[in-house]
Amino acid sequence: MAGQTTQLDSKTLWGGKESPFQTSYGKLMMWFFLVSDALTFSGLLVAYGFVRHDTLEAWPIGEETFNSLPFLGHGYPLIYVALMTFILIVSSVTMVLAVEAGHRMDKKGVVKWMIATIIGGFFFLGSQVWEWSHFIHGSEFGRIQLADGSEAIVKGHFGEIESFTVVEAGMHHKKGDVIKDDLMHTFQHAAENGQIHEGGMIHLHDGSLAKIKKAHDHDMELTIKYTSEGSKRKIGDKIEGKEAEKQYYASLYSGTPKVTYGAKWFEDGEHWLPTKNEYGPQQYAHFFFFITGFHGFHVFSGVLINILILIGAMKGTYHKRGHYEMVEKTGLYWHFVDLVWVFVFTFFYLV
Amino acid sequence: MERDDLIEYSLDTHHSEEQGKLIRSKIIKVTVLLTLITVIEVALGAFIKQSSEAWPFVKWTFIVLTLLKAGYIVMVFMHLGDERKWMRNVILIPYALFILYLIFIALWEALAVGDAWSSVAV
Repeated sequence: MAGQTTQLDSKTLWGGKESPFQTSYGKLMMWFFLVSDALTFSGLLVAYGFVRHDTLEAWPIGEETFNSLPFLGHGYPLIYVALMTFILIVSSVTMVLAVEAGHRMDKKGVVKWMIATIIGGFFFLGSQVWEWSHFIHGSEFGRIQLADGSEAIVKGHFGEIESFTVVEAGMHHKKGDVIKDDLMHTFQHAAENGQIHEGGMIHLHDGSLAKIKKAHDHDMELTIKYTSEGSKRKIGDKIEGKEAEKQYYASLYSGTPKVTYGAKWFEDGEHWLPTKNEYGPQQYAHFFFFITGFHGFHVFSGVLINILILIGAMKGTYHKRGHYEMVEKTGLYWHFVDLVWVFVFTFFYLV
Repeated sequence: MERDDLIEYSLDTHHSEEQGKLIRSKIIKVTVLLTLITVIEVALGAFIKQSSEAWPFVKWTFIVLTLLKAGYIVMVFMHLGDERKWMRNVILIPYALFILYLIFIALWEALAVGDAWSSVAV
């Protein structure tokens, strides 16, 4: 065998000089890696499809779940994710422009477009942080379990909470105290624990009882997402206006936990179970965090690799080498990240 | 030992200023197209409800548009369209075969599992 290794020449390899694909080793290996990574993502998305098809509970609908914009509130279906998609497409374009500049040995061009690509990557990651945070905290109304056991998501305008006025003293608060801090958080925490009562009374942490001063809700609409045994309601049924308010507050004032806000870990007896969420089945949140998280991790590592390549380009390493193939190879990875997002966007948010 | 079996394929990818102009204008065209497709998708998703009768049609439109977008990204941005025919095939064919099979078997099975559950539950 030792004899063979010394005979590395044209006769022992292809039998000629050309490789069949006429591509460098590095680029081909990047493609093979991307194929394997694509199989991983496809596996995740197909698993998502499997769970979605075999679930009896109504699956959350993208344009209902993701309809918020920073500073502007609700009522903008899919606009935010569309913006994220656009940011990623643009950063893919700046990447391909960097590759093109590399083919012309234009060092300045490569550096310029690589910087633009990296900025796009950071923008995307930042957007994802907001998206996750919003998903975790949830809507103002949450998901409500009605008297007949069926569950509904709630749309509408939530009347602002102005203050709590203590009527029965507890450990901290005296009778007559007016509380104006952290109202929404306190309200939701109490609602989740069934500590909001008839007539808009709230039990605070310290055991005191307070009266809630709150503006009226408008345009409330309940959409049934889950029906229990014996319920006459069907999935997709809507309850609107006064009747919706009546049903919602009857549940809220029932003295038992009936509301879920956002997606979080919850305690069931002695176990902590992941992600009870207001949007739909538990698995929905599992897949949301896993798939967008795994993709976000790819974006993050892509940004790091892009930074390394940018440093190489600035130092002139590739210029001395005579070609900018390193930019092309990282470009392949970066486009792949964009490609995956195209599919996540369709199957998680649109379909 | 001097190896004579290696060709620097990386050097073959250079192009001139004029060729660069053509490539850049193609990149811009594809960018506009991808953006348009995304806008159409969002508009369809926002205005047509899943409960509407047009939904199955919209759903398949989404899937076709997504594959179109993916095709442009892979063929133009990732330059797979410029590679040799058999390199393209080696990447795409095994992947497509495996994934189509996986999608078919998983979704088929999921429907059966869903049926089984609905017959025992409730």
